[in-house]
Amino acid sequence: MEAIEKIKEVAAQAVPGAKLEIINSTPAAQQPALLVDRDHIYAVAKFLKEDPRFQMDFCSCVTGVDYLQKADNPGFIEVVYHLYSVAQKHGPIILKVRAPRELDQCRVPSLTSLWRGAEFQEREAYDLYGVRFDSHPDLRRILMWDEFTDHPMRKDYVPPADYEWEPTPHHDTLERTVQVGGITPPTAREELEKARKK
Amino acid sequence: MAVDEGLRSELQKQGIFVLPFEQLYNWGRKSSIWPLQFGLACCAIEMIASAAARYDLARFGAEVFRATPRQADLMIVAGTVTKKMAPLVVRLYNQMPEPKYCIAMGACAISGGPFKDGYNVLKGIDRYIPVDVHIPGCPPRPEALIHAIMTLQRKIANQHLETENRLRWYDKNAETEFPIPSYGDHDLQPPANCEVWQPPRSYRDVTLDEVKKA
Repeated sequence: MEAIEKIKEVAAQAVPGAKLEIINSTPAAQQPALLVDRDHIYAVAKFLKEDPRFQMDFCSCVTGVDYLQKADNPGFIEVVYHLYSVAQKHGPIILKVRAPRELDQCRVPSLTSLWRGAEFQEREAYDLYGVRFDSHPDLRRILMWDEFTDHPMRKDYVPPADYEWEPTPHHDTLERTVQVGGITPPTAREELEKARKK
Repeated sequence: MAVDEGLRSELQKQGIFVLPFEQLYNWGRKSSIWPLQFGLACCAIEMIASAAARYDLARFGAEVFRATPRQADLMIVAGTVTKKMAPLVVRLYNQMPEPKYCIAMGACAISGGPFKDGYNVLKGIDRYIPVDVHIPGCPPRPEALIHAIMTLQRKIANQHLETENRLRWYDKNAETEFPIPSYGDHDLQPPANCEVWQPPRSYRDVTLDEVKKA
């Protein structure tokens, strides 16, 4: 398969107006990836799927990555697609698309209409990272229960302090448990007595 | 009422068994513990191995894994109980007929295990239903499960039918249904059933009021 530079060049020709950028390998991701803007990700993906040189007929992995705010960067949620070609036995081509971290603006186009296998994985990214996939056929939570109100894989997610009351009474732990309404032995005992009175 | 041990032994040699009805009844119960056929994670694989030929749970009369709670005596909670799964586990336990028993198998089922600090894993099934035997291990070997079954058998053999410590389901007011927790915004509501589970007590026994005064 061609080098990533060549893929970028061909894709830029095929999809006029697409803003493409090569993200070189990082310690976290060994292969270089192609960053595409949100407005053209669908067209670029469609091109890679249908072009006879690539024929990326298999979307193996959809995942989200949360980049928190840094000094020079407002932070963003990145959605990563790994594409392979079963027909030509090559791959992967890694597509990345970024969206702001704010929940109402965190939207990217869904690629489920290109690869049906992306449906559940996009639901997972929505569930855990809060990315809304426009024109997804069935965007519901998939791992957490429907009543869950947050996106737990975001780095700023604070889990409920429902941890057991520690056997050694650290004051901070106690205070925090009480603040969040967690279980402490006195509360539990009171509840028990209340239940018995009924 | 008790038969002399020596006489009993002598009669036994002649093929005559004299024993309290209770003992016979418990022998029957402990020799046919039918587990509910369900597994939640990797511990279930060890549970399957226990039931298979090499470890042969049939030796203990517990090989009949029932696919419906209505026919099961024992619930083996084998694996990680996620918060999403916990209400369903409690419901299954409620649907089992009395007398019913529960074995919490593996680190996850007894305490949350390696996922204890996670946002999605229940910190032990004993928060919602009474557990008779806890098995540590990640996952426990089939020998450990067999040991748990034998422990449960001993427990059943020592249960009484008529005295004050009689079995729970003979009690008219016995609790047979355990409240099923509901899904909350971030956690199950309530986070534990205080009737069956209490947080561990402090070794120093400091109460919250004392902390606040300090």
